[in-house]
Amino acid sequence: MLPATDKSAFWMGVRGAAPFILVVVPFAMLFGVVATEAGLSVVETFIFSTTVVAGAAQFTALQLMQEQAPTLIVLISALAVNLRLAMYSAALTPHLGAAPFWTRVFVAYLTVDQSYACSVAAYERNPDWDLRTKLIFFFGTCAPVLPLWILASLAGALIGQAIPPAFALDFAVPITFLAIIAPMLRTLAHVAAAFVAVILALSFAWLPFNLGLLVGGLGGMMTGAQVEVMLERRLKNLKSGEVR
Amino acid sequence: MDHVTIWIVIAGLGIGSFFLRFVFLGVIGNRPLPAWILRHLRYTAVAVIPALVAPMVLWPAATGEQFDAPRMAAAFMTLGIGLATKNVLAAILLGALTLYAGLYIAG
Repeated sequence: MLPATDKSAFWMGVRGAAPFILVVVPFAMLFGVVATEAGLSVVETFIFSTTVVAGAAQFTALQLMQEQAPTLIVLISALAVNLRLAMYSAALTPHLGAAPFWTRVFVAYLTVDQSYACSVAAYERNPDWDLRTKLIFFFGTCAPVLPLWILASLAGALIGQAIPPAFALDFAVPITFLAIIAPMLRTLAHVAAAFVAVILALSFAWLPFNLGLLVGGLGGMMTGAQVEVMLERRLKNLKSGEVR
Repeated sequence: MDHVTIWIVIAGLGIGSFFLRFVFLGVIGNRPLPAWILRHLRYTAVAVIPALVAPMVLWPAATGEQFDAPRMAAAFMTLGIGLATKNVLAAILLGALTLYAGLYIAG
């Protein structure tokens, strides 16, 4: 499906990321509440969410600061949680690397789990999209996510109350991500990558600094690439067999 | 909490996170990547996101990292509907429905 105009590409992105509002609002509000309870001022909480824009890392930093961990340990631990962002950066490069420097700066700032997952899913469904369409779609996915992350953090800090746990919104995170990823599992290579990633991530969950995620991610990527090569080789053999 | 420490953490984490997000996009930019790297990058999303989600499904923080049947059922429903229909919204809605129904039954 090729969007006819820039406007429609933008709205496609907005619609694609809209379900993540369910994730972002409660998570950000909770951060606002926990941060102010930990002793951060409203301004500090607001700037924290605006500059870092990464929930899991922000919670990690907060928890370690409360435990009086050395500042260097706080930084290393929280950045380790964010190492996956470098993998997203690499995966976006074949799609958006040709953009002008300052556009890439903005894309980088706006690269979060949600904008990345939605955009890559759409790029795979629409291999005919040009750079401009891809960029506009990416910015569209950020529109419902990033401003709400910042505003809901602020709201949590000001109101001092999160959404009650009875709503079980904690589980909006796995549900929305699984819903985005499931349609992407279209080949054996994709399924194998996801399967190995899950097994490894669970087996290595005991590693410090959230490194189990990295082991799972890299192992899954290597599996996907290997299976792709094997499938291509088999296809080639089949074809040459037909010719003979 | 000491406010100087807070600002150091905010600045360090802000700069560090931006660096991680920009490192490949900014440095490689438009230069062509070798085929084997591209082949690996095609599987970043389907590897990293499930690896991110799997511990949350098996050991949810909300239940004190104890296995929780409603949450597990909801995850499998979401995955199944997503695989079968390729419809993201349908997968989310049925997953959420399964979760709330499961939590209601479990009391």
